[in-house]
Amino acid sequence: MRPLFGPGRLLPGFRLSLGCAVLYLSLIVLLPLSGLVFKASQLSLAAFWDIASGERALASYRVTFGASLLAASINAVFGLIVAWVLVRYSFPGKRVIDALVDLPFALPTAVAGITLATLYAGNGWIGRYLEPLGLKIAFAPPGIVVALTFIGLPFVVRTLQPVIEDIEPEVEEAAASLGASRLQTFVRVLWPALLPALLTGFTLAFSRSIGEYGSVIFIAGNMPLISEITPLLIISKLEQYDVVGATALAVVMLLISFVMLFVVNGLQWWAATRHGTGAADGAPR
Amino acid sequence: MSRFIRQLCATLALGLCALPALAQLSLLNVSYDVARDFYKDYNPLFQKHWKALSGESVELKQSHAGSSKQVRAVADGLEADVVTMNQASDVDFLAEKGLVAKDYARRFPNNASPYTSTMVFIVRKDNPKAIRDWPDLVKPGVQVILPHPKNTGNGRYTYLAAWGFALRQPGGNERTAQEFVARLLQNAPLFAAGGRDATTTFMQRRIGDVLVSFESEAELIAREFGKGEFTVVYPSLSILTEFPVAIVNPVVDKKGTRKLAQAYLEYLWSPAGQENAAQNYLRPRSPEILKKYAEQFPPVRTFTVDEVFGGWNKAFPAHFKDGGSFDQIYQKK
Repeated sequence: MRPLFGPGRLLPGFRLSLGCAVLYLSLIVLLPLSGLVFKASQLSLAAFWDIASGERALASYRVTFGASLLAASINAVFGLIVAWVLVRYSFPGKRVIDALVDLPFALPTAVAGITLATLYAGNGWIGRYLEPLGLKIAFAPPGIVVALTFIGLPFVVRTLQPVIEDIEPEVEEAAASLGASRLQTFVRVLWPALLPALLTGFTLAFSRSIGEYGSVIFIAGNMPLISEITPLLIISKLEQYDVVGATALAVVMLLISFVMLFVVNGLQWWAATRHGTGAADGAPR
Repeated sequence: MSRFIRQLCATLALGLCALPALAQLSLLNVSYDVARDFYKDYNPLFQKHWKALSGESVELKQSHAGSSKQVRAVADGLEADVVTMNQASDVDFLAEKGLVAKDYARRFPNNASPYTSTMVFIVRKDNPKAIRDWPDLVKPGVQVILPHPKNTGNGRYTYLAAWGFALRQPGGNERTAQEFVARLLQNAPLFAAGGRDATTTFMQRRIGDVLVSFESEAELIAREFGKGEFTVVYPSLSILTEFPVAIVNPVVDKKGTRKLAQAYLEYLWSPAGQENAAQNYLRPRSPEILKKYAEQFPPVRTFTVDEVFGGWNKAFPAHFKDGGSFDQIYQKK
């Protein structure tokens, strides 16, 4: 164990960079969050519980976290395929498709929401074929999943790409030459290397979805108890100038997200240690 | 080093002192979202008026967004000289904070609202579902499009209009009114994010049989989608929507712009200001101008929030705060 401070570190600049990192994180992340908790602490515990466990609030947690989980799962599957295709194969228009992946990052979310709502509405390009089949997407809970899937895609793809680039095709060839079937190659060789990054991408997409407001409100329909997301309830409190009540809901979201992120990070750690690939695959966490 | 810093500070302080003297006379009007067009036309009128009156040219700045967002920004320190809102509850909030006069509604004529509008029905071409009045909106099979009744000004006016109508029917009371509104909300397939979103949903995505919106919005729809695409239906009784204006006292005192702010708001009631309202399809207060544009504004029976609900400061907590009548409708299920 090297000492934390003092001489003995090989790389210079430790104190300066650590100081910068702590200050920066405090200003950008910790300060606003502690302000939030401080504001919410003005409520008595009973009042806090009343707000946090109201019927509408509970329904909105189900919608928000359920839709986010579903959207992140869809992105995990298809994002992996997209990342794989973009790294492993070359084909005309590859660069264009690669650039397309970033689009959800750049597009204002309200624009995305309005566009998706128009596409999936009963007379939209996609909605007109789905609605006769009884599939109502826009202005129903599935619309929320669609919006969140759109928002979350780049997180999965961009996290997986460098990892897939690191897995050399020779590894697969070696596995094949040693007599592994295609399935075995995937399950035993590729999957362990991919899993930690996939989990990271999933987590990023999931966390991004939980807080998403701009795109969802235009496609959700916003019906109480059915398609109302928690951020909408927060806005609703702000519309009543009830800032403290809004922070109470925000704190609940923060707590749930924290627990979920904690669990996913635990899973990731488990995956990394179990397969012994944690250090090599360059997973951020 | 420290001398350098001291010199720098001194220079900066001097520069800051000199700034107000250099700055041009300017006024910031913080307003609600859809007032953009109105003030875009009004500001040049006032600039001309002020130039003729005092010889000064004045810079007019506008800020538009959702009204309660705007009001929160002003409360948090956005230096608005005047606020022009679409709901008294928003200005009431500033009055509570001591930023505008408690009796702001009496500082200008007509409840401090230079123009009004009312909630009307917009139905599909030739009115296929024969929608004439509020009771037609609660019939089974009729889909009503409105913005979120709890979170948007537009939606709240719709909600109160329906409530007031039910209240004024024979045998109407609070209970029947809530039932009526609950049935109306059951006919809503969605709550739009805002007024314009509701319009898009109804006109472009073709969802619903009737859109409840401001009379002034109907004209904008005509410009966008063509006059023949829809029909405007005036219900037998609707709500008079008022758009209160007020001076933000601490800001004008600090900036020394009280006289300018007063003149800016007063001019809204001048013939030119009233005419501008009419041209933007907002009902002018001036009887003469209203008469001139009579074709555009058919007579309609209305009630005000003050008459039926005892003012926004009563209506808001009773209906739109958490646990209010809107929330109760959704708790019963």
